[in-house]
This record gives sequence, C-alpha cells and structure tokens, in this order.
Amino acid sequence: MAVASRKNPGAIAYLQALPMAAVFGIFFILPICLVVVVSFFDYQTYDVLIPDFVYFNYQDVFTSDVTYRTYLATLKYCIITWAITLVVGFTIAHFLAFYLRTVPVQLVCFLICTIPFWTSNIIRMISWIPFLGRNGLVNDVLLGLGLVNEPQEWLLFSEFAVILGYVHLYTLFMIVPIFNSMVRIDKALIEAAKDQGASSLQILRNVVIPLSKPGIAIGSIFVVAIVMGDFLTVTVLGGGQIPSVGKTIQTELSYLQFPPAAANAVVLLGITILMIFALIRIVDIRKEL
Amino acid sequence: MKVDRPPYFALMVTIFVAFVIFLYTPIFTIMLLSFQGPGGGLTFPMRGVSLHWFQDLFGPQSIGDMWGAFRRSFALGLIVMVCTVVISLTAGLAYRRGFIGSTMLLYVSIASLIMPSVVVSLGIGAGLELAGIPRHWYSSGVGAHLTWTLPFGLLIMFAVFNRFDPAYEQAARDQGASGWQTIRYVIIPIILPSLIGVALFSFTLSYDEVARSSQAIGAVNTLPLELLAMQTNATTPVIYALGTLTTGLSFLVIGITLVVFVWLRRRQQRHGSDAGNA
Repeated sequence: MAVASRKNPGAIAYLQALPMAAVFGIFFILPICLVVVVSFFDYQTYDVLIPDFVYFNYQDVFTSDVTYRTYLATLKYCIITWAITLVVGFTIAHFLAFYLRTVPVQLVCFLICTIPFWTSNIIRMISWIPFLGRNGLVNDVLLGLGLVNEPQEWLLFSEFAVILGYVHLYTLFMIVPIFNSMVRIDKALIEAAKDQGASSLQILRNVVIPLSKPGIAIGSIFVVAIVMGDFLTVTVLGGGQIPSVGKTIQTELSYLQFPPAAANAVVLLGITILMIFALIRIVDIRKEL
Repeated sequence: MKVDRPPYFALMVTIFVAFVIFLYTPIFTIMLLSFQGPGGGLTFPMRGVSLHWFQDLFGPQSIGDMWGAFRRSFALGLIVMVCTVVISLTAGLAYRRGFIGSTMLLYVSIASLIMPSVVVSLGIGAGLELAGIPRHWYSSGVGAHLTWTLPFGLLIMFAVFNRFDPAYEQAARDQGASGWQTIRYVIIPIILPSLIGVALFSFTLSYDEVARSSQAIGAVNTLPLELLAMQTNATTPVIYALGTLTTGLSFLVIGITLVVFVWLRRRQQRHGSDAGNA
C-alpha cells in the first residue's frame, strides 16, 4: 500500500472529505446514537437525564392506547398523502417532460413549480387560513352558491387541512425526481412504441412508468419520511386536534422529557426505515443524478 | 397546417395551470390581505388598504423581538450558506479522487436528508443537555442546519461533477498548474453557476428551517420559530405582514440568484467559445 504522503493524491481526498464527515459525525451520527442510548435512561422533574438501563420508556410507548391511535393516524395521513402526491406529482412531471417543446419553456415551468419550495413552509401553511376558515373564501363561495346552509367547520384545523397542507408543501418532492427520471427516457423508445401501434395509454404503462420507477421511488422516500416525522403541519393546520407521532415527540421535548421522547423516536425511526427499506433497495440513487 | 400535439394536450395544460394556481394562490392571498385597513381581519373582505399592519409589526408593542429574530435568521443563513458551499465543494472534489468510505459517507448524507427532523433535533438537544454545553444559534444551531443543507449540497455536487469533463483538469495539469491552481482557476470558474445554486439552496433552507433547530437554537428564537410562536395566537393580519416581508425577501434572493446564474452562463458561453470568432 502506498504511504500517505504529499506525493500520494489519496491523502488529499481524505482531507477534502473530512469537514463533511466531521459535521455528519458530530451533528447527525452521534445525536442519533444518543437518541437510542437516552431511550433507556431514567428521568425526573429536575434531573431530566439519569443514565440507567431501564425499559419503561418503551413499555409506556407500547402499552398505551394513545400510541397505537397516534401511529395509526400518522400512517393513514402518510398513505393518503403519498397516494395524492404520487398521482399529482407524476402527472405534472409527465407534463413537464413530454408536453413542452423547447428547453427554455420547460425550464421556466419547472422553476414555477420549484420556487415555492424556497419560501417559508410556515407561511405557506398559514396562507390557507383565509381560504379554509369559518369566514374564509371557500365557505363564502359554498354559502353564496347555496350548496351549504352554514359555514363548514371541517375545512380548517382538521384532517382535511393537514392533508391539504402536505400535498401543497410536498408534491414538489415527487415532481423533481420523477421529472429527472423522465427526461432521461430516450425519445426513440417512445417513437418505436408508437410505430408499433401502441396507444398512448400503453406507452404510459409499458414504457414511461417502468422507466420512471427510480424517480417514483426517490419521491416516495421523501414524502414518507417527511410526513411520518412531521409536527409542524399538524400544529399549524391541525389546530391541536390531530394526533401525530412527531407532535407527541415535540410535546414531550417541550416538557424536557428526553427519555420517553427518545423511545418514541426510536420506534418512529424503525417504522420509517422499514417503510423506505424496500424503496431504497430498488434504486441506486447515485446513478440517478 | 396540422400541429402534432401529444394526446390530451389541452387537458394536461389545464391540469398544470390548476396546479400552479393551487401552488401560488394562498401565498398571494395573504400578501393581499396584509395590506388590510386598520379595521380588517384575517379573512376577506378587505376593509380599506393601508400599511397599518406593517407599521404594527415594527411598532414598540409588536409581539416578540421581531428584528432580533430576523437578524439572527439572516446571519445564521449566511453562515450556513458559506459552510455548505465550502464543505460541499471540498467533498465533491474528494469524490472525484475517490477515497475509502466514500459510499458510506454518501449513505450517511442521504440518511441525514430523509431522517425525520424531529429525531435529529431530539438527539442534538439530548447531547447538549448531557454534555452541559450551552445552546446557541451560531454554534449548535449552525450544526443542526448543516445536517439539512449539506446533503443537498453534496447531491448537487454529484450532479455537477458527473457532467464535468476531466480533460479540463488534465489540460491544466499539463500546463503545469498545481492542484490548488487547478481548483482556483479551472474548476471553480467552470462550476461557479452551480456553486451559486448551492448557496441559494442552503441560505433559503436555513432561513426557513424550524424542525431541526427547535432544540439546538437556545433561548432566543429565529424568525421561523418566532412565526410559529406567533401563529398560535394570531388574530390580526400582522402575521400576514410578516409573511409578506419574509416571502418577499425569499423571492428577492431567488430573483438575484437566477439573474446572476443566467449572467454567468452567458458570460461563460461568450468567453468559452471564442475559438474561431476573430
């Protein structure tokens, strides 16, 4: 093996990778390991972290009805959001990739879709209030058209509002990777399918969808991971009524109950990893860039 | 003349336009409502037009320390931006040379990207609590934000270097350039537009970040955390005024970045292809 010296270019590579490795080591790997360790700690009101090896944090998680209801609710939002963002994201990506002729037009439309991502998520959640509230625009229209007799209360601070918020905020995470997969599809393949007499539905099903799978997988991973751990959208648009695992952890944290929060976080992490494990195996993400 | 349109062209255009309306209408609505008259509420109708709520935002009785929060968020965004650009670039260069553990580092950064933010936040908070280290936005806050911005930076670097012709570096080396000179005078100028993209990404991601920093920021709030606190008891359009300002700033940053990006690309094309242009 070559000696690490100034003549060996390999040493420079390690030096160049070091800052990133250090940041992830200190602020990501170590904290995640600590979450696992702390989940076995004891705690009291004035001594929030007592090193110990106890199981009752997990017992509390697994023996409580509230836990199961919370996880089921989170899972439900996750699946509904995933289904909607997938259909909408796929459709928009398909439009961007195949319906626009020139690259500048494609670029502008793509930018229009991505710009909101660079603005504040909380503001984007709050901006639904004038629409969905008791005196909001939607109720005005419904009352005006005579479709309902009284203002609808289920529009804001409800499951509906939370899922709407997710779709509004996170469809982009589907659009970008699916679009990225679609623009790599060789147009000749589609031409060939057409020449062989395939209908547009057949082309979609047998050519476009299979070749977009990596993008679909990456987008799905993003959406699943974000929704499973979310506490912001449920806080702002759920109005305190909507259960979510992320919210539970955040509430425990606000009372400085680190060990039970950590036990919940480990369970959440386990479920999230299981959900995306299959998706990660289908695709080598590095090749997709 | 028959125009060869893809099937269902009109339908797809309609869907796209509807999606864009869905995406933008709420934010433009609150921008409009932030100019409510003094008697106006959180919803329509507009009761006059005024700058009342903007004045309210900066008035002495405004809720919380808005200016302080804004200054902190802006400074934090700039620090995170510089760190992300430098660290992503050096890591990107390391991947060009190749090193043992490179696949591991990639998986770690992807894990960091998709890890539920609340778990990262909890881990950092517990670690600082255990070690008895005080939390500050400029120390632990920066670290927490980097776990969110660096994966994006690294992935953009992959995309950039996958398309980067190694002949440029070889040519520089053949002309006797040192490693540093090659980076400084060849690689950085060529990938500058992408580096600006990384800068924009990391600044805006940091400027709007809440979930990861909530346990790492310390006693004083950043702007998004202030917004979150404000939102729970917002009864007046003053929160819309804040939303208008911060969204306006985001649009400004995006606009400037796009202009610089396009300008650099144009300049590169002009200067890069002057062979044969007498």
